[in-house]
Amino acid sequence: MNKSVFLGTLSAAALAAGLAGAATLDDVKARGELICGVNVGLTGFGAPDANGNYQGFDVAICKAVAAAVLGDASKVKYVPTTGETRFTALASGEVDLLVRNSTWTFSRDNDLKFDFVAVNYYDGQGFMVKKDLGVTSAKELDGATVCIQTGTTTELNLADFFKANNMTYTPVNIADDAEGQRQYLAGACDTYTTDASGLAASRATMPDAENHIILPEIISKEPLGPLVRHGDSQWGDIVRWTYFALVAAEEYGVTSANVAEVAASSTNPEVKRILGTEGELGAMLGLDKDWGMRAIAAVGNYGEIFEANIGSATPIGLSRGLNALWTQGGLQYAPPFR
Amino acid sequence: MAFVQEAPKEGFRLSMLIYDTRYRAITIQVVVLFLFLLFLSWLVNNTIANLAAKDRTFDFGFLWMRAGYDINQTLIPYTNDSTHMRAAVIGLLNTLLSALVGCTIATVLGVVIGVLRLSKNWLVSRLMTLYVEIFRNVPVLLWILLAATLLSETMPEPKDFKVTQAMVESGAEPAASNILFGTVAITNRSSLIPAPLLDRPLGGMEIASIPVNFSLLAVLAVFIGSVLVNARFLRRVKAIQEETGERPVTWWKSLAILFVPVIALLMAMGFHLEIPGFPTDASGVSKGFNFKGGIEVLHSFSALTLALALYTAAFIAEIVRSGIMAIARGQSEAAFALGLRPARTMRLVILPQALRVIIPPLISQYLNLTKNTSLAIAVSYMDLRGTLGGITLNQTGKELECMLLMMGIYLVISLIISSVMNAFNRAVKLKER
Repeated sequence: MNKSVFLGTLSAAALAAGLAGAATLDDVKARGELICGVNVGLTGFGAPDANGNYQGFDVAICKAVAAAVLGDASKVKYVPTTGETRFTALASGEVDLLVRNSTWTFSRDNDLKFDFVAVNYYDGQGFMVKKDLGVTSAKELDGATVCIQTGTTTELNLADFFKANNMTYTPVNIADDAEGQRQYLAGACDTYTTDASGLAASRATMPDAENHIILPEIISKEPLGPLVRHGDSQWGDIVRWTYFALVAAEEYGVTSANVAEVAASSTNPEVKRILGTEGELGAMLGLDKDWGMRAIAAVGNYGEIFEANIGSATPIGLSRGLNALWTQGGLQYAPPFR
Repeated sequence: MAFVQEAPKEGFRLSMLIYDTRYRAITIQVVVLFLFLLFLSWLVNNTIANLAAKDRTFDFGFLWMRAGYDINQTLIPYTNDSTHMRAAVIGLLNTLLSALVGCTIATVLGVVIGVLRLSKNWLVSRLMTLYVEIFRNVPVLLWILLAATLLSETMPEPKDFKVTQAMVESGAEPAASNILFGTVAITNRSSLIPAPLLDRPLGGMEIASIPVNFSLLAVLAVFIGSVLVNARFLRRVKAIQEETGERPVTWWKSLAILFVPVIALLMAMGFHLEIPGFPTDASGVSKGFNFKGGIEVLHSFSALTLALALYTAAFIAEIVRSGIMAIARGQSEAAFALGLRPARTMRLVILPQALRVIIPPLISQYLNLTKNTSLAIAVSYMDLRGTLGGITLNQTGKELECMLLMMGIYLVISLIISSVMNAFNRAVKLKER
């Protein structure tokens, strides 16, 4: 091999590696595809459907961002990640965006060098037990064997909870949700603990869902949200404001069905700015002016996404609770679009 | 006139580095070494550049921070307040335990199967062939998963051992009960065996936060003393035999020397067994989720160790067979001619000679088994990969540090195993003088 070519390739590779992640927006546009890190399989949040297409509450964010940036919600490549592999995948640049029930914590934000751009689900850690165990409170779990997903914040909460209540337990560390369910159903552990939404999702897929209960105690705060790499604020802003556009759309009654009509007829200046019929918000993000309209048209507003994937009409049956809009006593709140 | 010309003394020219075969080999080696070093420095430089670009540091300070998570099998004391370092040590000990037990079982099984495969009994030798071919031709991960699934799906849950209020009233028995005279319980989570307890222990102390149990040390010391006394006794018996031609009866004396002192010591310390069982209230109704008392052997450990041992035993059996077949037939014929029975021929004549063929490939099997313990994550066994390379790596986000440390530790373990085995090999190999 020609030595100068060899060295040239090496230095080019080093340069490319050094610059990776500096301008994610340009990378995504050049690639014509958004690479989104999602759950290996958690029904309702991110799991392949019968046709092998990823669907769910978290997946909808990927689609909305793809619609806003590329104009096509289907131009997403989904990379399934486990609790253990997700952060490495994002840090290494393997995915542009991670939307995988990940809890926003101080050390992930600052030590792991990620930016959590929003909270799409306010959650807390809960316990699921079989009904015939006769347990009605998590405080009665002294001495129990607990199945826990490894590499998660729940692992640390669990240790803290049992310690604070002066109880003991035996952990069974499992790799992902599917394995956790298998072990729990086989009786390898007395209780399965993870985010309460994840428990509801797991229970919905069990053949005998009525025989399992989720205990009333919520032992932690788990603000789950999409995250991007540190140091690319433009890309972080795009994901953040795409998400806020979905929340604001619910607040102003814009749905995937009526978005075109509202864009033409609305007199509300904020709605007009979100939908790009007034102002230059899109250009400020580095996108065109229809970005918000495309995102809403592709996946619907926040309320629609919630109800379609995990809401009370679905087998998972979660109520809005903390995730209702701020106008209805919840925490979902979009800053002003101006 | 003689034209004697001296051969021209050529000085060294630069072109000789390429065109002179005496120098060319060195030139090529230097160039390759240079390129290799260049590649290495590029790798390091690239890593540093990328870490800097991500604003990440490279340091091992996290090892002294609080771990915050719990581990289900801890050979030395550990709580979630311990450091990541200690969690890594816990994982390392679990790895070593699995490797040690696995290597022992694999060696015993492998030697037996390897010998039996050469048996003249058609059925026995075919069965052993079947074993070898089945176990070594299926990936070991599948054997581990199979063992774990069998244990967790076929055994009763701990709650099946519980006595409920209704059972006390009707006098019914729980669905499952302990086996082996009520001493051992096998649930779908673990096997519980009786734990040895002492009423009057000798106490203990901590050295470098590792507990040292004086009672155990005392028992070991007494036992080693007994073995030494027994060896002396046997030497005297041999001397008597050589002098008089008659060998005194030794078996019960040996047994007494070996075991009476230890048993006496244990009884003095108030030795008894703690049988695993559920705690009960006054009316006999069981409470709690899990067994209390006894030693808990997690199924994740059993499944991993057993599967690795069975898998590696198949390879060791083949190594043993090849070792035995490498010994000339004349050796066993000579032994038979001297009147030795087949079993003694094998033990006294064939195996000692076969060892020198067997040991070098055996080393790599031990290394394989040790490294394969890192498949533990498949069955949730918390080995080094599970603690340092799993939870610690994830909670701290120090991928590079954790991976390098873990690779270093596995490297050191492997080097230790091979140096010990090489020393053993030097001890048993044919002495050539």
